[in-house]
Amino acid sequence: MTESTHNLVDSAASADASARKATLWQQLLRNPSVLIGASILALMVMMSLLAPVLGTMDPSEINPAWRNKHPGFEHLKTFADGSEAQWSYRLGTDTLGRDTYSRVIYGAQVSLAVGLIVAVLSIAIGLTIGLVSGYIRWLDAIVMRVMDGLMAIPGILLAIALVSLSSAGLGTVILAITIPEIPRVVRLVRAIVLSIREEPYVEAAISVGTSLPLILIRHVLPNTIAPLIVQGTYICASAILVEAILSFLGVGIPPEIPTWGNIMAEGRVLFRLFPHNILYPGIFLAITVLAVNMLGDGLRDTLDPRMRERI
Amino acid sequence: MFGFIVNRLIATIPVLGMVAIFVFLMLRLTPGDPAAVLAGDNGTPQQIAEIREALGLNEPIPVQLGIWFSNLLQGDFGQSYFFKKDVTELILLRVGPTVALATTTLIITIIVAIPLGIIAAYLHGTWIDRGVMAFSVAGFSIPVFVLGYILVYLFALEIKLFPVQGYKPLADGFWPFIHHLVLPSITLSVIYIALIARITRASVLEILNEDYIRTAYAKGLKPTKVLMKHALRNAAVPIVTVIGIGIALLIGGVVVTESVFNIPGLGRLTVDAVLGRDYPTIQAVIIVFSFVYVLINLLIDLSYSLLDPRIRY
Amino acid sequence: MSDTQTAAPVLEITNLSVELPKGTDRRYAVDEVSITVAPHEIVCLVGESGSGKSVTAHSVMGLLPKGQLTPVAGTIRLHGEDLLTVSDDRLRELRGARMSMIFQEPMTALNPTMTCSDQIEEVLITHTDLGMTERRQRILDILELVHLPDPPRMAASYPHQLSGGQRKRIMIAMALVLEPSLLIADEPTTALDVTTQAQILKLIKEIQQTHDTGVLFITHDFGVVAEIADRVAVMQWGKIVEQGDAKTVLRNPQHAYTRMLIGAVPSFTPIDRPRDPKAAVVLKTLGLSKTYTGGTFLRRAAGVRAADDVNIEVRKGETLGIVGESGSGKSTVARCIARLIDPTSGAVLLDGDDIARAPSRQLRKLRRRVQIIFQDPYRSLNPRRPVGESIIEGPTNYGTSRADATERARQLMALVRLDPESLDRYPHQFSGGQRQRICIARALAMGPDLLIADEAVSALDVSVQAQVLDLLDDIRRRLDLAMLFITHDLRVAAQVCDTVAVMHRGKVVEYGPAHSVFADPQDDYTRSLFAAAPGRGFAFGAGALTASPDATA
Repeated sequence: MTESTHNLVDSAASADASARKATLWQQLLRNPSVLIGASILALMVMMSLLAPVLGTMDPSEINPAWRNKHPGFEHLKTFADGSEAQWSYRLGTDTLGRDTYSRVIYGAQVSLAVGLIVAVLSIAIGLTIGLVSGYIRWLDAIVMRVMDGLMAIPGILLAIALVSLSSAGLGTVILAITIPEIPRVVRLVRAIVLSIREEPYVEAAISVGTSLPLILIRHVLPNTIAPLIVQGTYICASAILVEAILSFLGVGIPPEIPTWGNIMAEGRVLFRLFPHNILYPGIFLAITVLAVNMLGDGLRDTLDPRMRERI
Repeated sequence: MFGFIVNRLIATIPVLGMVAIFVFLMLRLTPGDPAAVLAGDNGTPQQIAEIREALGLNEPIPVQLGIWFSNLLQGDFGQSYFFKKDVTELILLRVGPTVALATTTLIITIIVAIPLGIIAAYLHGTWIDRGVMAFSVAGFSIPVFVLGYILVYLFALEIKLFPVQGYKPLADGFWPFIHHLVLPSITLSVIYIALIARITRASVLEILNEDYIRTAYAKGLKPTKVLMKHALRNAAVPIVTVIGIGIALLIGGVVVTESVFNIPGLGRLTVDAVLGRDYPTIQAVIIVFSFVYVLINLLIDLSYSLLDPRIRY
Repeated sequence: MSDTQTAAPVLEITNLSVELPKGTDRRYAVDEVSITVAPHEIVCLVGESGSGKSVTAHSVMGLLPKGQLTPVAGTIRLHGEDLLTVSDDRLRELRGARMSMIFQEPMTALNPTMTCSDQIEEVLITHTDLGMTERRQRILDILELVHLPDPPRMAASYPHQLSGGQRKRIMIAMALVLEPSLLIADEPTTALDVTTQAQILKLIKEIQQTHDTGVLFITHDFGVVAEIADRVAVMQWGKIVEQGDAKTVLRNPQHAYTRMLIGAVPSFTPIDRPRDPKAAVVLKTLGLSKTYTGGTFLRRAAGVRAADDVNIEVRKGETLGIVGESGSGKSTVARCIARLIDPTSGAVLLDGDDIARAPSRQLRKLRRRVQIIFQDPYRSLNPRRPVGESIIEGPTNYGTSRADATERARQLMALVRLDPESLDRYPHQFSGGQRQRICIARALAMGPDLLIADEAVSALDVSVQAQVLDLLDDIRRRLDLAMLFITHDLRVAAQVCDTVAVMHRGKVVEYGPAHSVFADPQDDYTRSLFAAAPGRGFAFGAGALTASPDATA
């Protein structure tokens, strides 16, 4: 009953409620979803940046003598400089004797980078296409058919197919994850353009002789920012997941680069005996994605309360 | 009504055409000899020559598209050089497990998600609502394969309730069939439940704000009656729409789940084809999955006119 | 009249106070309100938006949003039973059976996925033990009673298949099927066209007289009050400021607020200004038509002729009113003239230049000469930009420097009677009427020859409306502007227009000087339109008011 009753409250208290509204920052800081999500994410970012000083070793160092060790295994390790120390494999080792703890910590770098880059790329490309085609009728028809076609191919499938076309590498994977996300951004932007252009204030701008590009920049673009920030966080979460899935299936980032997906792909074979190689990176992955999703939900609630549930 | 169906059917043609063109261009626009690419890493020069002939690769691109298209319309996806078989045959062989997995997942999802969403909307703002929402965010965030392995670890390795991996066709008996499907279906349905529960809650909440809900209360109806009779029916269209859109999620999940549980379905075939660079199979699988996705959404579109009397064409 | 006042009241509200949520500008939405409704009586609760009249109505039905609006004091007695203290179950028994409510929105107040008969039947199933055939009969009877044509067909219809007026009748049928003793009508005719409004008012009055129903009628429109009320209560800021017999209150309002409200209602008698026949023709349309083509790939629907061969002209310093109901095409004409949409055929001549066919470069020059003010004051200004930016946007587009444009904007703010220092404030910091003034300033900044006001005062409260109308008239006079005034409200048209064009289904059916159109309408449709205007028998306006207080005091 909130909406119709809102009208009742609004009409009962006709004076300006927005004057007393807290600033956007205050609202964001008051939202538990934003707080928790952002804090976890900040920790993850710090962890990935500080990886070398967090008691890690070279994540790619192969040590055939210490393969398939359970978490907590310790031994006297000789380092590259000749020094020796008691070394603890906190999260065990994999089939090549690499330190799972170090690999998980370093893996955060790739996951976070992929999420961020894909989000920025797909928003930038989608925003451009959406803005332009939302206003040029003939182009709109063509663009939307192409987007419909792209949307008809399930995202992960399209990404897998795109990756298979060229040699595996970070760039290929990022591009392959970005392309399926673009149509969703285009549709969102276009929907906003179409609704804003019916607004009387846009018609008023037309009748005072404002040119089309200026109308797009002054009156339409600012309305896309909040929904795009929200959409961007969701894309980031989904990109992190898809990258992990591609790597897990063995079609993603080359296996020598430590990513959460690769660690888990590696751990599949001996899962029954050594589940830690799937569980630990899995937990990190899930927590990171959860944090980004929570941040997205919180941002949506504060920035864009009217936006429909994401699809 | 008939006109509506015809209109919707016609509207899907450009979409399907666009999918086919993408799949065609994917190979032709990448650098290198498509015939060599199609034959895969193990292709012999003779095979490459055969492919060149069959696809008319010496012809201009539009003619090639025409040849490819007419083959496609005849259900001819070409030869798999990895599996040494007709791709069409290969797909027919693999389709059963995937349909079984998808169907059980869909059933579990609808049975769980819709009541969950309705309850959350009805108890809006309570801890039950918050719990459902928290589950929903978590469901979105946990990767399908991680969840799969956790379930296997708990219910197949620790407590030996279900088989670890594998698939038994229905022909082997109903019980073994279901027994093997339980874990994969639950794994796959979690993200889908998260999605549908969320949209159900949101749609019902939105409808509860409508003026006619106030009218219903003014008539003296009980809240439960208002919810079930007035709100749910009106919330049906967005819910059903998202069930359709979620099929894409389901298809992505099938690829992963079949790999985790070693189910010999289309998803497993996709991964094997990609790993073996078996392009005819990759093309075929993408087209089949996309067509199924588009067709399911077409059926859902058509169902709107049953759900909402305002939509009649 | 006299015996109804002695009968026991149906509804008795005593000292009702309803608290607003924390953080709103006042503590009580409804503040110590007392009203009674006797059987067989229509009590009108009148007030502007925010007066608390709807909250009062919703309190009676127990439909206030929980946690947001809470009755904190007083009693609401329905036949002596206090509705504020009864159990939820009892309240549900009473709703729909002993008291019922009709709502404002004809489009959204009915469930779109249920047939009309199912929705009425629901009331019968909830409150009675009638069998299926009896229920069927009751439904058909009540549809007959509210004068719906072909009741069996109406019963089987879905709401979207009916017109706004028919939906309203279904609502009334649903409310009255169990013959409640109290009917609450919350702005029941506000969203309707004037002819439909007249029919619905007649229906409510008729049914209320044949059944012993007491009616609490919420409205903002004194025309409607004059038409229907036995007694009136005027609300302002949650309090009842004046209450009494309808004729007495209308003729002889005691409270300053009531007098202001009644004085602000435009008179139905048109103004008759001297016109200069030699004034230059600013706007002339020749055969202006706009056809919307619809249909799909398979079925090409016949085009809708939204405007059909419209020929009008406006002279410098004069106001032409285009009057019509919704869907008459009056807004289409306005938008064609402002070239917000392209006309299908015909010419729109601005001082001889055809804006309808102008190519983009010439159009840019012509746009300066026509400016438009829209209906919705909340959507006509970009909420993210300071109002000053909105006002200077046009002039800077045409090469005026920011400094000059800002200086001009300050002058214009003063002209529209706003503080020139508030240019850097945002739209949400202004009220609806103030925003409409800013829109006027924005239009004037372009130095137009023709100003189009498209329902520019329709969304405003009557007191604010009077001020904006006054301002528009003042500006027209001072700047010698030609003005095109689009409105559905005949009273407003009577007060501002020199000439009037009445539109019906895309055509101009009557066109001439305002005083002759109002005094002696020639077209049948115009006549029916005038006949339907509520309270036409009652002389409103400043003249009526100044006479009354002294005469009786």
